[in-house]
Amino acid sequence: MDNHDEPAVETAGLVKLFGETRALDGLDLTVPRGIVYGVLGPNGAGKTTAVRVLATLLRPDGGEALVFGKDVRRQADEVRGRVSLTGQFASVDEDLTGMENLILIGRLLGHRRHAARDRAAELLEAFGLTPAADRQVKTYSGGMRRRLDIAASILSTPDLLFLDEPTTGLDPRSRNQVWDIVRAIVAQGTTVLLTTQYLDEADQLASRIAVIDNGKVIAEGTKGALKASVGVGAVHLRLRDAEQRAEAAEILRSALDAQVILDHDPVAITARIADGGGDGGTERGAAEQASRALAELGRSEIVVDTFSLGQPSLDEVFLALTDRPATEGSAA
Amino acid sequence: MTTARAKDDEIELAPVAENLASVLVAKERPPRPSALSASITFGWRAVLKIKHVPEQLFDVTAFPIMMTLMFTYLFGGALAGSTTEYLQYLLPGILVTSVVMITMYTGVAVNTDIEKGVFDRFRSLPVWRPAAMVGYILGDLLRYVLASTTIMVIGLILGYRPDGGIVGVLAAVGLLMVFSFAFSWVWTMFGLFMRSEKSVMGVSMLVLFPLTFLSNVFVNPKTMPGWLQSFVDVNPITHLVAACRSTMSGTWDGGEILWVLVASAVLTVVFGTLTMRLYNRK
Ligand SMILES: Nc1ncnc2c1ncn2[C@@H]1O[C@H](COP(=O)(O)OP(=O)(O)OP(=O)(O)O)[C@@H](O)[C@H]1O
Ligand SMILES: [Mg+2]
Repeated sequence: MDNHDEPAVETAGLVKLFGETRALDGLDLTVPRGIVYGVLGPNGAGKTTAVRVLATLLRPDGGEALVFGKDVRRQADEVRGRVSLTGQFASVDEDLTGMENLILIGRLLGHRRHAARDRAAELLEAFGLTPAADRQVKTYSGGMRRRLDIAASILSTPDLLFLDEPTTGLDPRSRNQVWDIVRAIVAQGTTVLLTTQYLDEADQLASRIAVIDNGKVIAEGTKGALKASVGVGAVHLRLRDAEQRAEAAEILRSALDAQVILDHDPVAITARIADGGGDGGTERGAAEQASRALAELGRSEIVVDTFSLGQPSLDEVFLALTDRPATEGSAA
Repeated sequence: MTTARAKDDEIELAPVAENLASVLVAKERPPRPSALSASITFGWRAVLKIKHVPEQLFDVTAFPIMMTLMFTYLFGGALAGSTTEYLQYLLPGILVTSVVMITMYTGVAVNTDIEKGVFDRFRSLPVWRPAAMVGYILGDLLRYVLASTTIMVIGLILGYRPDGGIVGVLAAVGLLMVFSFAFSWVWTMFGLFMRSEKSVMGVSMLVLFPLTFLSNVFVNPKTMPGWLQSFVDVNPITHLVAACRSTMSGTWDGGEILWVLVASAVLTVVFGTLTMRLYNRK
């Protein structure tokens, strides 16, 4: 019955309107099976809307959306049997305890009473929630809530798991825990569609990434290809003397073959480093290029106060892809 | 001591990496639960909520007590000459009124829940679609039983004596449960499309007051003007009260009982369908 060549998700020209707002405006997405697929976009890009349409919670107004070859409109029930959703806002019942939440979902998935209880206990244990099992979820921290939410999503292993901004608002430790969980889930064969606002999260987890903005895909590809199109990193400099900024910008431009951005701050310069090839490891390539640029600046007696090398931020990705900052689109 | 304890918690609260892989191993999916089993599970959720916040039962006990006392002593002397005599007439009506009034909390519960993320999860599960809504109503039946019991107890204390005996009373309560289940679909519908809890309450009152007062609950409709009588005659509450009175007094009016059962079926089909249409579109 199931055709294994079929992608996990395939959408064509997907449209969803909220009054005047075109939340999805012709979204074309193909998610292969067995990977973590990152959907990257700023506030209001349409990530949540896309996930809700694919999880059969919203009816699209136009276009096609297939999940494992099944139409989300006409074969919604079959789609529901294979997917699981962890929404952007906790999709667990705040009034119930962690244990009760998992038993509830287990029973609704068809587990018998004892099996549901055993499975709930097993998951709470694995997710480090056993000490909080009998506490109401409203007393949980953000990270615990997330973990419980994800546990509820994998009670019966889904073929496709939607994670809508799973780490927004979490501290670095909780974030790493969620990342470990995601890696374990995908290693076991589930396809994960993960939305995020953070390039480094997509970088850590996803093997393919789609960048969306205003309800459309504006870039798509493997992680490597996407990064190469944006540059491998950005150098942030602060000069001692604002007078020297123009000269410094010129040196950086020629030394790095980079796009240089002059900030509002008169002594700050940001330069995006293109992927120079390096030696396989792109990070190293970026570091090498940056130190070469610093040397050039020193030779011209330009004093650099502070220097940092970072991955391109989502803002920079956006700037590169759309020639406008990411934040513009979110002004609701 | 306390700091060591906090440390313990912290360590335990981290996911255990070795365990993760083992719990994730694809397990065979159990067959889907039946419609009934899914509905009962949702009903269990409603009961758990009562367990965690038992104060919410105050409404369903205090309100019926107040209604019974208020109307017995307010109208008793004037309408029937004595309060005990009036109580024989009033009690089945008060029982119906109180329970039908608290059915509106179903709409409020649906409305406050629907905006929460947990509803997304329910709606993305492959279960019988109406189960979540049926679950609310099943949970609420528990409140209705509680309210009915309260009223019967207070009625018996005040001097009400059902000639139909325990069987008649149980039949009346059973009939009331059937009708309330059906009537609750009106509230699930409002709960789904109204924008706020307050507006759900507002609409509920607008429906409930005429429905309960323009009926045979408090006075015999024969004393009313003709145009009002014709409304009272088609009001389902009138028939429900007549049916309950008949079983509680042991006279068993089959026609009224049938009327109530048919009305319940119609309410369930019409408002159940409307509710599910809204639920699927939400
Ligand atoms: N229920 C709704 N009613 C009206 N407009 C909506 C609704 N849901 C979303 N929108 C609008 O649709 C657009 C896309 O929203 P969506 O929530 O999908 O964005 P997002 O990428 O998930 O953003 P965020 O990162 O903030 O979660 C936004 O302009 C938003 O205001
Ligand atoms: Mg979102």
